[in-house]
Amino acid sequence: MSSPLSTPYREREESVTLERIEAPLAGTAVEPDAELFTVNMGPHHPATHGVLRLLCTLEGEVVRDVVPLIGYVHTGIEKSCEDQQYWKAITFVERMDYLAYYFNAYAFCAAVERLLGEEVPPRAQYLRVIHMELNRIASHLFWLGTSALDLGAISMLWWSLRDRDMILDLFEMSGGQRLHTRYFQVGGVMEDIPPGFERKTRDFTATMRTRIDQYEALLDENQIFVERLRDVGIVSRERLKGLGVSGPLIRATGDTWDLRKAMPYCSYEHFEFRIPVGTVGDHYDRYRVRIAEMRESMRIVEQALDGLPEGPYITNNRKVALPPRHELATSMEALIHHFKLVTEGFRVPPGEVYEAIESPRGELGCFVVADGSSKPARVHMRDPSFVNLQSLHDMAQGELIADLVASIAMLDPILGGIDR
Amino acid sequence: MIDPTGLELVARAVRGAVGEGSVRETIHFRGEATLDVRPDDVHEVIRFLTADADEPFDFLASVHGCDYFPKEPRLAVHYQLLSSERRERLGVRTRMTVEVAESGTVPTVTDLFPTADFQEKEIFDFFGVRFAGHEDLRRLHMPEDYEGHPQRRDFPIGGEPVLYTYNEHEVPRWYE
Repeated sequence: MSSPLSTPYREREESVTLERIEAPLAGTAVEPDAELFTVNMGPHHPATHGVLRLLCTLEGEVVRDVVPLIGYVHTGIEKSCEDQQYWKAITFVERMDYLAYYFNAYAFCAAVERLLGEEVPPRAQYLRVIHMELNRIASHLFWLGTSALDLGAISMLWWSLRDRDMILDLFEMSGGQRLHTRYFQVGGVMEDIPPGFERKTRDFTATMRTRIDQYEALLDENQIFVERLRDVGIVSRERLKGLGVSGPLIRATGDTWDLRKAMPYCSYEHFEFRIPVGTVGDHYDRYRVRIAEMRESMRIVEQALDGLPEGPYITNNRKVALPPRHELATSMEALIHHFKLVTEGFRVPPGEVYEAIESPRGELGCFVVADGSSKPARVHMRDPSFVNLQSLHDMAQGELIADLVASIAMLDPILGGIDR
Repeated sequence: MIDPTGLELVARAVRGAVGEGSVRETIHFRGEATLDVRPDDVHEVIRFLTADADEPFDFLASVHGCDYFPKEPRLAVHYQLLSSERRERLGVRTRMTVEVAESGTVPTVTDLFPTADFQEKEIFDFFGVRFAGHEDLRRLHMPEDYEGHPQRRDFPIGGEPVLYTYNEHEVPRWYE
């Protein structure tokens, strides 16, 4: 055999084929003498979106089996919540799915409000909708940047993070923090939005519209990007439903299930928006659905700003919400309430509820058990990333290993939510 | 949304199909309907509710564990069923003592809903409920060699030694 270097390079170049490598069909029986080997991917790997470890069984370049191994960022948040008063546990649950913190906080607060039987003022509901939808855009932007990065479109990361920064600036204006704002309280929100927030938000949505057009022009007309997504990772709708998958992944198969429409909460029934769905259920559909969702979220934000009702931003029930700061100087009752709430917290009557909302990744359920004390007896988050991760095996099996990276990217798992 | 009357009708249908003692209690709380069933009957009840019932449920939204300590029977597994057509949720709950949970009486539902795989592993990991018939029941979040089930209410918070260079010889079995 001649050395490869002895061949003239022009001849070697001609022998390179640019044809698509056809992966054998999924589920074909493996020949007993065919060589299978196991490759460990992660937990520290730039393409796993966190500390996700995958045990891949490969036959050549074709993935035969993938086993996700998780638990590397398990921090026992659910256990820690049992030792915190309800209003302090909000800080903990926000850190589960760290890109969708408003959703975690909402699911927990709404569950506690239902246990208390507490009404949330309309203005607080609208403010919550504005922040949740801005958070959805921020989460999808981060997904867009990191996914495009995995597929080789490096410049997309900086551009989407540039736009995400504008949203974080808005969060900083309203809540004082850029991440994990703890803006949602039981009974409403922490503070009213400051002057200038509305104008800045409208500026953002106006800018973002053209930016999304630019990103689509950049990615959708890139042949490499499209070919790597189209017809890859198709899983049938029935299988996905059996696997408990929800959110953009199930909508990419044509299912119109969206909790904001199906079981409206937080006055989502007041807004007009559409549910983007895909047709085939491949990675390209998943990408298109999320892009379209960002546009719909901006419509909701604008409608909520247009129709923002006047009134209190948090409930007037002093047994649940802190009294306004200025009352402390003049009212003894306010001082007592403030002291009781801060030292002991409010007590929640016994019961258990399961509150489900539509997070950027699917159904985010919060299960809270109250035993009558000021600390929850059990807080459980049904995190969409955790459940959706089970579909990675079906997406990646029988495909090439390069498509496994695309599958993880389009799955959009957040390891903080998976491990909790 | 299932109202209290509808819940009683569901309970009657389940009792008729699975057995008179299968449903122990019906709970309607803050608009949420829950059936409390016997641990052995969980699989049959969920199979009936998803396949044979007049108004079937097609989606298992969540499976999670709970510890009602100091109440007895203290451990519980919750199943959240969802009908995407009627937009209804129904909770199925089963409560058991620690002995029953560890003896492997609760049947797995992974054959009906593959989504229960991770969630049952998680419940086994955190609460020590052994699901009968689960093919690959193992710890999910905690290390393989971990002892105890940390989400139980009598499991203390804290007490995990943090490994630093200065104390690595004092932490037992760190080198194994």
